[in-house]
Amino acid sequence: MGLTGLFLITFLIVHAGVNACIFVSEDTFNTAAHFMSHNWVLRIMEIGLFAGLLLHIIQGLLLWKQNRAARPVGYTLTDNNRNSKWYSRSMGLLGTLLLFFLVIHISKFFVSTKIALYGGGDADHNLYLEMKEEFAKWWIVVIYLCGVTSLFWHLLHGFGSAFQSLGINHKRYTPIIKTAGTVYTVIICILFALMPLAFFLNWID
Amino acid sequence: MEHYKMNLTLKVWRQKNSKTEGSFDNYSVKDISSEMSFLEMFDVLNEQLITEGKDPIAFDHDCREGICGACSMHINGEAHGPWSNNTTCQLHMRAFKDGDTIVVEPWRSTAFPVLKDLIVDRSAFDRIIQAGGYISVNTGNAVDANAIPIEKKKADDAFAAAACIGCGACVATCVNGSAMLFVSAKVSQLALLPQGDPERKTRVMNMVAQMDKEGFGNCTNTYACEAECPKGISVANIARLNREFLSASLTSEE
Ligand code: SF4
Ligand code: FES
Repeated sequence: MGLTGLFLITFLIVHAGVNACIFVSEDTFNTAAHFMSHNWVLRIMEIGLFAGLLLHIIQGLLLWKQNRAARPVGYTLTDNNRNSKWYSRSMGLLGTLLLFFLVIHISKFFVSTKIALYGGGDADHNLYLEMKEEFAKWWIVVIYLCGVTSLFWHLLHGFGSAFQSLGINHKRYTPIIKTAGTVYTVIICILFALMPLAFFLNWID
Repeated sequence: MEHYKMNLTLKVWRQKNSKTEGSFDNYSVKDISSEMSFLEMFDVLNEQLITEGKDPIAFDHDCREGICGACSMHINGEAHGPWSNNTTCQLHMRAFKDGDTIVVEPWRSTAFPVLKDLIVDRSAFDRIIQAGGYISVNTGNAVDANAIPIEKKKADDAFAAAACIGCGACVATCVNGSAMLFVSAKVSQLALLPQGDPERKTRVMNMVAQMDKEGFGNCTNTYACEAECPKGISVANIARLNREFLSASLTSEE
C-alpha cells in the first residue's frame, strides 16, 4: 500500500506539472500533452502506472475485507474523533470516491486522446480545446472539484502514512515528512482545482 | 478535588457465553462517590444485583492498580473510558457527573471472543508471545546487570516498549481491529537489546504470522492505538516492527 501509494504520489507531480502548462499558453500545454502521449518511454511507463493503480486498489480491497472481518460485531457507541483524524479512518471511502472520479476523468480525456492516437485524427486532436468545452459545463466542474476534495484528504493521510508503513519513523525526519506531506497535498490540489476553475471562470483564453 | 455523590444510569452489555448473542441491560446506581474507581462502582452494582437475586455482571480485573491489563471495558465509546493513558481500574468516578448515562461494552474483535458479559478471551496475545516473544538462554545464576554494555537511549526505548501490559485497548480502539501496537511493543523490547539479537529475524516473522492467524486486522496508521494506550506505547514501535519485518523477509533464508 505504501509503495504503490508513493509511486502514485510521484505520478501526480508530473500530472499537475503538465496541467500547469495551461497557464503558460495553449501551445505549451498541447505540446506537453502531445509529448506525454507520444513518447514511447512514457507510453511504457503508462502501463506501469495503470498496474500501480490497479495494485493499489487490490491492496486496498484486501485490507478492507480483512479489517471488516476483524470486527464483525461493532460497538454501539464509539468516540473515535477523540483519538484519531476522520480522514485517516476513511481512506477506503475516499479511495472509492476517487476511483469513481477517475473512471469519469479517464473516459473523458484519456480515452479521447487514445482514440485520436490510434483511430486517426491525431494531428487535429486539440486537448486544450476539448477541455475548454468540457469545463464550460458547471456540473463537470463540480465533479472535478469533488474529485480534488477527496484527493486532498486521501493524500493528507496517505503521504505520511506511506513512510510509516515502510518503517520510517524518526524523531528528526518524521515532522519534516509530515510538513512536506501537507505542503505537497495543498500545492497539488490547488493546481488540480485551478484547471477546471480557470476554464470555467474564463481566467485564461 | 471536591468530593461529591452521584446517581447514574448504566447501559451494560450482557451476554451468557461466546455462543449466544448479547444485548444491553439498563441499571441504575445511587450515591456513588466521586472518589470511587470505576470498578468499585461496578462492585456496588454487582452487590445490588446479588441482593436482588440477579446474575452479577462478569468483568475482568486483577491488580486494580493499572499494571496487569485485565480490566478491559469500552466505556462511553472509548477503550478504558474518557481519561487518556489510563486503565479502567484507574478511571475514577469524578470523570462523571450526577445523572450521567454510561454505556459499557466488551472489546469487540474477532480475535477476542466474548466469554461472558464484559469478559473477553485475550489468549490470542499469549499465543503471539509464545510464537517468538522470548529469548533462549540457559537459566542459572543471575548475570551481572552490566555484563553487556547497552546504550542508554536503546535501554530507555526498550524499557518504554516493555511497559506494554497486554490490555488489548489498542486492538479494541482500532477501526481495523489491528494488534500492531501490541506486537510492535513486544518485538521492539527485544529487538533493541543485544540479548534479543540472535533470534531477531525468526521472532518477528513468527510473531507476525501468529498475529495474522489470530484474525487481527491490518494497520492503516490512524494512531488511535497510541492515543488510547494506557502505557503510551509509541507508534514509532510500529515503524520499527515494519522495518524488522521487511528486513527479515528480504534476508531470511527460510
Ligand atoms: S500496546 Fe498499549 S494498548 Fe496495546 S496491549 Fe500494550 S498496553 Fe495495552
Ligand atoms: S485491573 Fe489490572 S490494570 Fe486494571
